[in-house]
Parts: sequence; structure tokens; C-alpha cells
Amino acid sequence: MNLHEYQGKQLFAEYGLPVSKGIACDTPKEAVAAADEIGGDAWVVKAQVHAGGRGKAGGVKLVKTKDEIRAFAEHWLGKKLVTYQTDEHGQPVSKILVESLTDIDQELYLGAVVDRGSRRVVFMASTEGGVEIEKVAEETPEKILRAEIDPLVGAQPYQGRELAFKLGLEGKQIGQFTKIFLGLAKLFEDRDLALLEINPLVITSAGDLHCLDAKIGVDGNALYRQKKIQEMHDPSQEDSREAEAARWELNYVALEGNIGCMVNGAGLAMGTMDIIKLSGGQPANFLDVGGGATKERVSEAFKIILSDDNVKAVLVNIFGGIVRCDMIAEGIIGAVKEVDVTVPVVVRLEGNNAEKGTKVLADSGLNIIAATSLANAAEQVVKAAGGK
Amino acid sequence: MSILINKDTKVICQGFTGAQGTFHSEQAIAYGTKMVGGVSPGKGGTEHLGLPVFNTVREAVEKTGAEATVIYVPAPFCKDAIIEAADSGIELIVCITEGIPTIDMLYAKEYVDRKGVRMIGPNCPGVITPDQSKIGIMPGHIHKPGKVGIVSRSGTLTYEAVKQTTDFGYGQSTCVGIGGDPIPGSNFIDILQLLQDDPQTEAIVMIGEIGGTAEEEAAEYIKQNVNKPVVAYIAGVTAPPGKRMGHAGAIIAGGKGTAADKFAALESAGVLTVRSPTELGSRMAKALK
Repeated sequence: MNLHEYQGKQLFAEYGLPVSKGIACDTPKEAVAAADEIGGDAWVVKAQVHAGGRGKAGGVKLVKTKDEIRAFAEHWLGKKLVTYQTDEHGQPVSKILVESLTDIDQELYLGAVVDRGSRRVVFMASTEGGVEIEKVAEETPEKILRAEIDPLVGAQPYQGRELAFKLGLEGKQIGQFTKIFLGLAKLFEDRDLALLEINPLVITSAGDLHCLDAKIGVDGNALYRQKKIQEMHDPSQEDSREAEAARWELNYVALEGNIGCMVNGAGLAMGTMDIIKLSGGQPANFLDVGGGATKERVSEAFKIILSDDNVKAVLVNIFGGIVRCDMIAEGIIGAVKEVDVTVPVVVRLEGNNAEKGTKVLADSGLNIIAATSLANAAEQVVKAAGGK
Repeated sequence: MSILINKDTKVICQGFTGAQGTFHSEQAIAYGTKMVGGVSPGKGGTEHLGLPVFNTVREAVEKTGAEATVIYVPAPFCKDAIIEAADSGIELIVCITEGIPTIDMLYAKEYVDRKGVRMIGPNCPGVITPDQSKIGIMPGHIHKPGKVGIVSRSGTLTYEAVKQTTDFGYGQSTCVGIGGDPIPGSNFIDILQLLQDDPQTEAIVMIGEIGGTAEEEAAEYIKQNVNKPVVAYIAGVTAPPGKRMGHAGAIIAGGKGTAADKFAALESAGVLTVRSPTELGSRMAKALK
């Protein structure tokens, strides 16, 4: 789960990190009032969406008058911001962050992720801030400094100092950087983060370190113990079908094609998409109904798949391990009737009682095509969706 | 021979009296697994499924001589359950549970490594040596004793590989689901090493998926250390970047972890790859001709 910049900065402030004075606003009126409250004669206004590249897309602006603030808020609130990181529809803007202006001398990068290879939380720092860090990592990997956190002892101050000296910081900046580093390490662990990025971490004209941006991703598996983070969840930033699927504990990811997929198991669900592509079709989604493919879940899964107008046929692929395929077949028939599925449905059942399940489907009199194998299922569904 | 488990492996279950623990322990006992008891704190001294229940793993190990444990406890309690097992003289931990926080696994993995205990999973179907021992949630009846070792990040895709190698008449030596999480207890290399050294295993099926670089590392290992034929499939050629595909570990991040990169690495290591999971059996047949 991702957080907005203003939410990330609230967390930063809680952990004693230097952030600008800022107020997240829902209306143009609030935005103007926020500037009064913050004071000063110049501000930065930032559209809050879960995506990078906002500056280039016009979603961040330096403003000197209240009229400019009002105009910016009126322009963006309720609209969608399209950046190089969003799809062509963009992400809806429902809040504007108004902040005091920071004079920038230099831009740095500081981030942390769970590194799978070393099985450590790894911090990355670079003098090349304010740009796409993936590009820096690819073109000039020597400019990315790393520090691994040993889970048994935690982040140590020396690691912060080491990064700070290598970044070329000096004087009071060494202590400031170390404090930021240790604060972030604590935040990462306390809040079960998966990803953390400050891009840029700036040196102000007064020579102080300051967190100008905040990007935070939280481990979805840990949300049960992060009540405060749960409250920060903004479903408007997610695909509405993905959000609906999550309510039913179904894993759904929308794709561009026209063949809906319902599969048990994440690996097999990906494999099914791949087979559809190999057979000349295009999958419309990833959907894992999980181990307990009950009638209710199958019904909900059909509803979500069919809410995508592009879907011209559906492939159901179930490898019945311990669950019986004839029970699943009954579930599919019930769901097809209840949801009133009109597009062709190709079903491949394998495993426990598969033959019995296939017969139940064939006898149902519904628009259900029983496939003889997985490869056959893919061919059938591609044909049913309108061919190659 | 087989790897990790056989008919003599004494197994306990953590979370024994819960719904999952009960159901899958019943299935394991019916399959012939040498279940010797279980752990459910507060229920020690009672009996469940005809086996003794203990309050702690240490007590269970002392009284039964258990060598392996299978964990079905809910995700919030798994870090504790894994570390308790590692501290109690268990040699093999198989954790089935899905949804464990990643930070918990950083600690648990570090701890089991320090104790020299082997862990399989979490978020996996488990381990099975056909007709001998089944530790996990896989359907026993599709397996058949034989010569193909299987190692996989996915549950249901493993079943596909099992069915195909059974249908072609090869059967399986041992099948290991290493799980779909970003921090697994064992990785491909750990299991490939065991399969390479196992005389019963004549060929290997490896099933990977997008996310991380475990398959690339496995490819490098295979090139140097494995001389048995390896047939591999990577799921997720059609997966979009930045999206978590069901498994917590299945995500293409920062351009890294694509199926294309993994296929290329495996092919350059001489691994026989297939682009469709339906071809695992037939590709194996060609390799073993």
C-alpha cells in the first residue's frame, strides 16, 4: 500500500525528520487559508497522487500570490494528473499540499528497500538527487552508495556517518544526516515499510539538510498491526476493480486484453495469462481465487471480471488439489446463472474429481465450454473471444 | 533416496488443533507421514487425531524425537513459531502460512540461519516424497515415486509439473515448494544442491516467476554445479511492471525481475526452458530420451 507525500511527511515529522511546514487541503479556499497560516511570501503547491513525475506534468508549482494558489487548486482538484508513471487516464487529485518554499543549494537522494538478495533492509544514497534514481543506478552505478542494516543489531550511527562523508557532506550536515538515517531506519521497522524514498533530500541555502519529498510504500502483509497506516489508505488512487477484489480477498490485476481469467493459485494464474498470449490472445486480467474457491467467491470473481467491458470470453482454470472439482463446477454454474454471464466461458478442471466436474458442466445447458487440457482451453478461449 | 524427508522422518505440527492444522494433519497421516504429535499452547497433555498435544515445541521434540515441524499458525504468530522451532532442536521447518510481514521474516530467516536449521517456505505448499512422507497441503494422489526432483515458487504450478511428470511415467523423487514470498527460508540454490547430490533424482524441474533475482542466481549455480538435466519455466511473461501478482514476491520493480531476464539467464546456463507450463512434461521427455 502506498502513501501520499503529505502522509509520508507526517510520519517523517513524527520521527524528528526535517520537513517543510505544510498543510494538505481539500478546497481552493482551504489552500489560500493554508498559505496565510504558513506565512511567508512564496509557497510550493503540490497535487497529491500516488505517482512520481508530478513536476514535469504540471502538478507541482512555485507560487508567489494567493491568486496563483487558488487557480492551481481550482485547476487540479477533482481532475486527474497524468505523469510518466501513471497510465493514460492518470490519477485523481483530491488534495493539494501547500508548503513553505525551501531555497535549494544541492539535491541528494536517500532511499531504503527490503533487498531480497542480501535479506536486509538496504539504504541507498546518492549525490544525484532530483532525477530518476533508476537511471542513475543503470548509467552510473558507482554513484549509488549502500548501507545494509543487520536485523540483529539494527542501524548504527557509524553507517549514517559513513554515507554522509561519502556524499561529501561536512560540518553540521554529518550529524543532521546521521539523525535522518537513524530516524528513517526506525520508521522503516516500526511501520513495516516496504519502500522509502526521499528524492530529493536537499541542502538548503543555509546549509541544512531538509526532506523535500516523501515516498512511502507499506508491506501489505503487515497492515493488520498498522492501524494508523490503514487509516491513510486512499482507495481513489487504485483501480476500482482491484479495490473491490481486495474486499473479497481476491487478487486481481487489470490488464489490457479481452480474455478474462479466473485461476486458483498465483503462479498458475500468471502461467494461464502466458498461455493465452502464446495462443494468440490477450489476457484482460490476473485473478487468483485462492485455495478456497467457494461459490460465493467464484460469483464475486465473475462480477469483477465482467465489469471490464473489454472482456469477450472468460477462461476458468482450476487445479483442484484438495478441493473437489465437481464442487467447483457447481460453483461455476451457480455463479454463471446468478451473475447472468453472457460471454462464452471456457473451463478447464484438473485434479480431484475432474471428470465428474467436467460432466456436470457439460450437462448444465449453459454457455460453458469444457476444455480437455490447459493448452486446449487456451485455444478454445482465444477462438471464443474472436480469434487471433 | 530422496531429499529432506522420507518415510522415517518424525513430524510434528505447530497449530495442530486449529482448522488448517487438523485438516492437513489428517491428510498427512492418511498419506503415511510419520506424524508423532503436535503443539498447541495451553492444550498440552490432551490428544488430537490420536496423537499427543504439547504446550511447547521443546517438549514435543524431547518426548517424540521429532525432526521436522510443519507450521500452520496464523501469520501474525509465525515469527514466534519459527524461532521457537529453531530454538528447540528441530532440523527442518516447513512453514505453509501465507501473509507473514516481510520484516518478521528478515528476523526469522536470520535466526534459523544462525542456528543452522533448514526452513522451507513460508507461503508454500510444502515438501513431499511420494509414497513416503507428505508435509504440507499438496494433493498426495497426483504424485508417484520416481526420478524427477521438482523445486518451485508456486503451488498450483508445481501440481501441473507433478501431474505431467506422473503422466509421462517418470514420477518424482521429492517435490519442494519454496514459496512465493520475497524472503524465503530456502532458495532455488539450496534445493538444487540437494537434488544434484541425490542419487534417486535424475532430472530436475524448476518453476520460477517474476520478481527478485533468485532464478538468475540459480542459473549461475546450475552452470557451475549441476550436471543433471534441468527443465525450467518462469511464470509472468505477460505481467505488467510495478504490480504485485498475487504472491508478495511476484513484482517487477525498477525494471528488475522480468521473466525475459530470467529465461535468458537460464538458457545461457544450458537449462532447457519452456514458454508454456503445459510443455514441462514433454520437454522432460525429450531431455531424458
